[in-house]
Amino acid sequence: MLAGLAPLIVLACLLSGLVAAAWQTRRWLQGAPARVARLQGLIAMPGRYLVDVHQVVARRPRNARFHALAAGGLLASLALWCVLAVPPLRYRPLWGVLALVLALMLMGAISVWRRRQVDRPVELSGGGFDRLPLALLLYAGGFLVLALAELFTGPAATLFSSLGLIVGTFGLAGIISLAIGGPLKHAINGMLHLAFHPRPARFVGGKRDTGLVPLDLASARLGVERPVDFAWNRLLGFDACVQCGRCEQVCPAYAAEQPLNPKKFIQDLAMALAPGASDDAYAGHGHPGQALGSAHGGPGEPLIGAMISDATLWSCTTCRACVHECPMMIEHVDAMVDLRRFQTLELAALPGKAALVLEDLRLTDTLSGRGPGARLDWAVDLRIPLMREVMEAPVLLWLGEAAFDLRAQRTLRALVRLLRQAGVVFATLGPEELDCGDTARRLGDEATFQDLAGRNIATLSRYRFDRIVTADPHSLHVLKNEYPAFGGGYEVVHHTTFLAGLIERGVFGPLSPDGRKVTYHDPCYLGRYNGETAAPRALLDALGLERVEMERSGLRSQCCGGGGGATLTDIPGKRRIPDIRMAQATETGAAVIAVACPTCTVMLEGVTGKRPEVLDVAELLWQAVERGGIAAARSGMPA
Amino acid sequence: MTGLAIVVLLSLGRHPATGRPRRNPDDARALATALALAATRSGSRVLAVHAGDPRAPVLRDYLGQGLDELTVLDMPSGSDPLPSLREHLVALSPDLLLTGQRAENGEASGLLPYLLAEALGMTLVPGVVGLDLQGDQGRFTQALPRGRRRQIEARLPLAATIPAGTAGLPLPSFAAARRGRIVSLPALASPDPHLVAIERQPWRQLPRPQPRRLKGSAIDRLKSMTGGGEAKGRLLVDPDPETAAAQILDRLGEIGLIRASHQSVTSRDTDGRTER
Repeated sequence: MLAGLAPLIVLACLLSGLVAAAWQTRRWLQGAPARVARLQGLIAMPGRYLVDVHQVVARRPRNARFHALAAGGLLASLALWCVLAVPPLRYRPLWGVLALVLALMLMGAISVWRRRQVDRPVELSGGGFDRLPLALLLYAGGFLVLALAELFTGPAATLFSSLGLIVGTFGLAGIISLAIGGPLKHAINGMLHLAFHPRPARFVGGKRDTGLVPLDLASARLGVERPVDFAWNRLLGFDACVQCGRCEQVCPAYAAEQPLNPKKFIQDLAMALAPGASDDAYAGHGHPGQALGSAHGGPGEPLIGAMISDATLWSCTTCRACVHECPMMIEHVDAMVDLRRFQTLELAALPGKAALVLEDLRLTDTLSGRGPGARLDWAVDLRIPLMREVMEAPVLLWLGEAAFDLRAQRTLRALVRLLRQAGVVFATLGPEELDCGDTARRLGDEATFQDLAGRNIATLSRYRFDRIVTADPHSLHVLKNEYPAFGGGYEVVHHTTFLAGLIERGVFGPLSPDGRKVTYHDPCYLGRYNGETAAPRALLDALGLERVEMERSGLRSQCCGGGGGATLTDIPGKRRIPDIRMAQATETGAAVIAVACPTCTVMLEGVTGKRPEVLDVAELLWQAVERGGIAAARSGMPA
Repeated sequence: MTGLAIVVLLSLGRHPATGRPRRNPDDARALATALALAATRSGSRVLAVHAGDPRAPVLRDYLGQGLDELTVLDMPSGSDPLPSLREHLVALSPDLLLTGQRAENGEASGLLPYLLAEALGMTLVPGVVGLDLQGDQGRFTQALPRGRRRQIEARLPLAATIPAGTAGLPLPSFAAARRGRIVSLPALASPDPHLVAIERQPWRQLPRPQPRRLKGSAIDRLKSMTGGGEAKGRLLVDPDPETAAAQILDRLGEIGLIRASHQSVTSRDTDGRTER
């Protein structure tokens, strides 16, 4: 009988695998130092895996099932092997337990095989991943036979037992070889990445942690030039990528066939961890329009240029769809911005109009180049009180760059009238309001961002207000999530949240129902960045609109193409992102696409042809209030 | 090929919307041209010079274009930079002097490059948008009105100015701006005789001119608004200097910039010099 031999063979294999895996850690340990609460992370890791990772994986129940069976079965069987290796603990019924576990794992392995061979999703990578099902099947099948045979005695049992041992050992060897630098490395790196994650706050009770990490402008090298400039736990994250391709499926730039595939981007970073790296071995979709096999680099070599093209870097809209979908919890956008910081601050190499706009921003504190003095030009007739005159107000209305855009000014006018109608006492900074710095920061210009943030915070500290209300989710994100690192802590509320609260209190009186069919487009910086998807919908429902959802909505909404300075870098693709989004809106048959962000408004309204009307939620509400014929709506309100 | 000594003159500009100090965009492009040129010829040096306040923070933006060092001839604002610059540049004896066509501040007459070129005994090529050097022989693309271009060949040493409104402004790199050094040299602070002499008036709002009702077809109206109509005057290709000078004087007389109606070629010549 092989009862004594089998566990020892398995453990020997496992031990050699562990040694090899430990040797692999040098790949990511060559990164820059990072401050990580290691012990707390290791303690929190199982919880992060079972709760946070599961929430992502469970969006595809079939994947969750096969992963639970295959991975759970493998881990459980390895634990059982450890017990079986100790002779006094080797009770015969344990072989039955092992057989049960392996049977479950075999079901999972069959499911993995079916997914790889029968109904294979296009976003999956090939290469080593294609050898994975066989290794799992051999391991589970072979050792299942062995475990069952161990329950019996006799020559037939011995024969089956030996056969099972041979087959299972082959499978195990395959599994271990795939765990060393192959697809199964995600098992080890993934666990460690969860433990030492660069954003531990995102695992705390459904909290979001989306603000960018400030860059120390006094450091010798600004941003990331080479793989080793990334912190080691970031490299660990890239190396944990399992190439499932969920990011590829949701990336707006990839859909528009701009040269960015987030999966390939992370793989580029991971592959560059080995000296003399190239993307020859990569067996998935590449960056659209770029042939595979041409990228080359190494841990100490510059990434942008040889390994990753600059067009790839500047295609990203920072919409965070990839981050939201990633079951390995990789932070793609952080990596993107780290690389951009080096390109912008060290090399000043930005494509398109980005450089000119950043120069205007530095010289005028506005992206439009018109200067803050012109920020209230559209509102001369509305006579909005200025903070420097009133010194305090319950609501500070943050106008943002929308104040310079003719289309977005209509939204702001509707919002101002609604606030008046509701009797809200508010004021703006007017000419004292500088650009919040969102675009500069996403384009990697941390210096200009920190300068603007510092001056805005100094201005805000002079006045007393309870909360900031803004119609621009980008301003909302920056003021709420990114200014605290520079000493500004405010309650910042999006106008849809604020207006929904007013409606709930009934301040607008009866609203005339609007029979139109509407679909709501979630702005990335409101939904994924700040988790607000309910208030705008509640508001639309209160208006009596017939609300239908697009194919992608809520936290999984698709970007309009306007974030992250993408309109300025303007990397060409085969399609335009807003056209793709508008097609999804048109598909719903809605007459109106409701928006809640000035950038989305501009991007979607730029779509030509027959399409739903683009209206901000505030505009729809103001229409309803006006139609409601409330006399007070017009009295005392300049046209 | 030996290295070149390229001097770039950099002034402070003003942003048109906010009035904040900025790089003079033409000077910034001149600097970019100089740095690109120096990169193609080994052993070349770019000697950047500013006349004014060495503490002006915007000067760092020039360093951010990739300049290691910027020499500032320290002088209070309102000083005439010409004497100090002349003295400094004569000592440097550059192969090539590059600068923007005119300043955005102060007198902004655009005369400084001409006066310096004269003092250094250099040829001046104005409005250069393209530059190709072979040995000490330069081939320049010069921008003429209405988008016309002209090829000019000239021998070093020479001066060239970069015209307004050519390709985009290079963004300064924050890191390079931080690394670069500003070297301040004490300079002669002579008051600008012109700025002293001129009469100053307070700014006043002029009545806005009534828009003229334009006649003709859409294309005619467009032409008259954009100045894209028929070219007036005559185009002389390779005229002899006498004919060219006579034409220039005729034109100056026509638009009332000189009073003397010219009779002979010799008197025109003297008139032309005194009027410059």
